[in-house]
Amino acid sequence: MDLFGSYALLLAFAFALYAIFGGIAAIITRHPLLIKSARNAGFAVCGLIWIGTASLWYLFFTDNYSLAYVAAHSNRSLSPYYKFSALWSGQEGSLLFWSFLLSIYVFSALFTYRGKHPELMPYVGVVLAGVQIFFLTMNNFIASPFGVFVGPGAGGILHLATRADGSGLNPLLQYPEMAIHPPTLYSGYTGFTIPFAFALAALLGRYPGEKWIHLTRRWTMIAWAFQSAGILLGAHWAYAVLGWGGYWGWDPVENASLMPWLTGTAFLHSVIMQEKRGMMRVWNVWLVFLTFMLCILGTSLTRSGAVNSVHAFAESNIGHWFWGFLLLIILVCLAAYFKNRDYLRSDNQLDSMLSRESSFLFNNLILLVACVAVLAGTLFPVLSEAVRGSKISVGPPFFNRVNIPIAMFLLFLTGVGPLLAWRKTSVESLKKNFGFPLIGGIVAAVIAVALGLREFYVTLCLLLSAFVTLTILSEFYRGARVISARAGSNIFSSAAQLTMRNTRRYGGYVVHFGMVLVFIGISGQAFNQDKQMDMSAGSEMNLGPYNLHLQNYDSTSEPNYSAERATIDVEKGGRSVMMLYPTRRFYPSNQESGTMVAIASTLREDLYVVYAGTNPDTNLPVIHAYLNPLVKWIWLGGAVVVLGTILALLPNRQAVMVLSSATAGASAPVPGGAQPAQASYSARSQLPDGHD
Amino acid sequence: MKTKAKFAVGVAIILVTLSCLAYVGAQQSKTYYHTISEIPTLNGAALHQRLRVGGDVKNGSIQHYSGRVDFVLVEQGNALPVSYVGTDPLPDTFKDGAQCLVEGKVQPDGRFVAETIQAKCASKYEAAPAGQTQPGNAPGDSYQNGKS
Repeated sequence: MDLFGSYALLLAFAFALYAIFGGIAAIITRHPLLIKSARNAGFAVCGLIWIGTASLWYLFFTDNYSLAYVAAHSNRSLSPYYKFSALWSGQEGSLLFWSFLLSIYVFSALFTYRGKHPELMPYVGVVLAGVQIFFLTMNNFIASPFGVFVGPGAGGILHLATRADGSGLNPLLQYPEMAIHPPTLYSGYTGFTIPFAFALAALLGRYPGEKWIHLTRRWTMIAWAFQSAGILLGAHWAYAVLGWGGYWGWDPVENASLMPWLTGTAFLHSVIMQEKRGMMRVWNVWLVFLTFMLCILGTSLTRSGAVNSVHAFAESNIGHWFWGFLLLIILVCLAAYFKNRDYLRSDNQLDSMLSRESSFLFNNLILLVACVAVLAGTLFPVLSEAVRGSKISVGPPFFNRVNIPIAMFLLFLTGVGPLLAWRKTSVESLKKNFGFPLIGGIVAAVIAVALGLREFYVTLCLLLSAFVTLTILSEFYRGARVISARAGSNIFSSAAQLTMRNTRRYGGYVVHFGMVLVFIGISGQAFNQDKQMDMSAGSEMNLGPYNLHLQNYDSTSEPNYSAERATIDVEKGGRSVMMLYPTRRFYPSNQESGTMVAIASTLREDLYVVYAGTNPDTNLPVIHAYLNPLVKWIWLGGAVVVLGTILALLPNRQAVMVLSSATAGASAPVPGGAQPAQASYSARSQLPDGHD
Repeated sequence: MKTKAKFAVGVAIILVTLSCLAYVGAQQSKTYYHTISEIPTLNGAALHQRLRVGGDVKNGSIQHYSGRVDFVLVEQGNALPVSYVGTDPLPDTFKDGAQCLVEGKVQPDGRFVAETIQAKCASKYEAAPAGQTQPGNAPGDSYQNGKS
């Protein structure tokens, strides 16, 4: 099966070579059969990668420890669930998994547009095959997961060797989220390949108009949603499972995932400018190039050991290959740009500072500045060594100082942007649109200050969050009121109808609201408290409104680990509210320990309790308790962001022009509003899509 | 004023403000990389900067107290006593013999007070058996948690 898998990958590599060179030949000769065969080669590459990946899974499930990779990341007693996720737990397997996810995207894109867009798709196929060739090179020749054990046999001839059992999966990886977080984040990273390929293809082929943007809109949103969810799942894993105390530490690996997210977010917004106004063509092409480059850069940073990280501090030779690939991408993009840049000229100019255009420009500028700051901070040790000869790193204060004001400005633009008119907005309409939400925000901030809030940024965040939420609500309300007046339906079903008529716009608002929740959650960090003490049975610790009462502590011995555990009764307001069991495990087989954090999470705050160790002087357990306000809002916000993106991905429902249904709706009001809603859908004319 | 000029002024204000903030943040948190053997040679301002030092945790030296954890870092025969006082819990990979990076400041008595700590398992797997053919799979090349 190992031979089977490695042959499948070799064959995939060969087909990918055909897809790229046959594809180039097809572009030059325009021979229809050649175009078709290059595309079919693209399908074959994907199918063969799936076979290769499936065979590695098969080897994991059949406990084949003649394979070095399987032996290093699994053992017989590992549950099937983790055998499944062990596939991507190491360097070689995660690279194969990368190819696997990429091939799903490539297959879907080639299949969706088969036989369509004959001027564009051959170019897309060539770019995608180029990216796949790089990863297949890694899978086949640099970091093959199909390496086998060999030992010297009789007569000095090498023989295949096998092991009775594997070394097992790192206990840090034996958590359910291991099966969710890496695939989600990788799906984000790989997903940006599709808009990248279309942008480069459109530029190379001088494909007319903004069509590539329409074609890739949904693909970009899918990649973006995966990237967002992947980042937050990683944060949740670090916080709740690994017990790192925080969910974000500005660690290089975390930064690597954030950077393409920032440029991807900028891209999602600025394409709207190109669609509606024919502006920003150069910018958009470079934004999507940059996003893809940052995905590759992030991977090279974390796999080369160029920067130290809590995640992967292992150095390997694999980084050079990624740097080389990155350089190649940059050269190809530059060459394509300089050859065909006249094709990217803008149709329009910026008309006014108070316009939708300028809000998008500022949104893009600020997201890009954030990305540059994160990149500079991440690479600071490398840069300072090159410039001044001494290695210097910068920490969270650097990142926070730059990014918190940026986040506040973005929040402000989130509220303002969608309500500004294209081209130019009058001061009257500003007053009309923003008066009520702005007053609402100020009232919220004043109340908070009166109640004792003294943190500047938290107050500002609260003000802006209230402002954005109210603008979003008023947008839904204004639209829904029109529908409800025409159709007689109630305001909530009207709001639902409104959303389905322009999913991109209203789904976008839902995403914005999700981000507001995330920001509120993050702002809670300003009020984190923690306390550490040696606790004997019967002793107490006070933290915020909680009273932690240590009832007893014990050590237990399980088959594969021993554990020290404390039993803590949590009291609030004099009443016992729950029991928490912070635990520290020790795995003798690989001499590793594992912290099992005990968390009591409410919307208001998380009580986060860690069994930190044993004090050698007193022989008592050291309990470290944290009070982290509002953390739950971050995870909730993440869920809302993903839901909003799914909403925005739905096709617009065909709906009636509001004006034409006015008489029908008004003359026959029906309780419940169901019938008018149906009546309005029976008409086939569609709301103009141009108002987002 | 023309729209473009207004826009340029807005951009300039944003960039200047953020650059100032970045500069302040960098000054506040910049940390110099040194080896344990270099610490006695530092003097004056260099000694009072935030430092980042790496080494192996000396076997049996880890002692938990409430509010701090003491241990000794060893690198090429040089030892450095360290007190970790940060708020984050210790990483699970922190244990006897682990490779460890600490960030903090040297106290006048020579003790290193660390606010952040990173640790890596010295080597998860025993030495590879002879003839193992696995490019890029050096023993101890263990990926900490699959995040990449």
